[in-house]
Amino acid sequence: MSAKIDLTRRRGLVAIDGAMALIILLLIVQIWLLSATLEAFLAGHAGVALPAAIFSGLLFSGCLALNLFVDRVDQDSRR
Amino acid sequence: MPLFSRPSKDALWQDEFSIFTADERYVSRRQFAKFLTLASLGMFVGNLWILFRSRFSKTPVFPAVPVASREEIPVGAVKLFTYPSPQDHCILVRTSENDYRAYSQKCTHLSCAVYYEPETERLACPCHLGYFSVKDGSVLQGPPPRPLPKIQLARRGQDLVAIGVEVS
Repeated sequence: MSAKIDLTRRRGLVAIDGAMALIILLLIVQIWLLSATLEAFLAGHAGVALPAAIFSGLLFSGCLALNLFVDRVDQDSRR
Repeated sequence: MPLFSRPSKDALWQDEFSIFTADERYVSRRQFAKFLTLASLGMFVGNLWILFRSRFSKTPVFPAVPVASREEIPVGAVKLFTYPSPQDHCILVRTSENDYRAYSQKCTHLSCAVYYEPETERLACPCHLGYFSVKDGSVLQGPPPRPLPKIQLARRGQDLVAIGVEVS
């Protein structure tokens, strides 16, 4: 029984690690996007602001979904 | 699954301050994931702020200011002036008999003052060796990421009048 719990927890840890790596990846893309948008805006190119905001929102949604996934895996592995 | 549900049915303090080392790792990773998601929200808000500024910022109105008389500057010479505010330093170049060009004097790299090189017909930034074309302000060489903002000039009699700033 104890071995089964350990296995579940180990799997949970791997899943959480993977999800966190993905969150970090999304965050790096989002940081780049924000700096590029700011640069373009200060250069007078305001047209990029809308698509950049939409894409940034999608990236945030991805992070939120992964965060919920981490929460759920954590919850499951504790049962 | 509710959005902000607690992870288990244990008491909160047991969840957050578990006596098991493995649980401690779970908790810290979960908190770190939340922090990263919060950072992501911050980036999104930053993008929304830029969108808001780009949609609702007012178009600047530039005054018409006489900056020089046409015969005041010899061919190949420059005159420094400020436009549109006293803090915005600009450079006016007479490139030929009937051709005058004016640009912001701030380099678009790190805001050093550019100067005119008549031999090569370039505007040069001495700080990091950035060069701009005097014809259109475009970057010829070096680290500047953007062309120099162009000061729009109009001729009124013998005077050259600055009437706007064109950012490309």
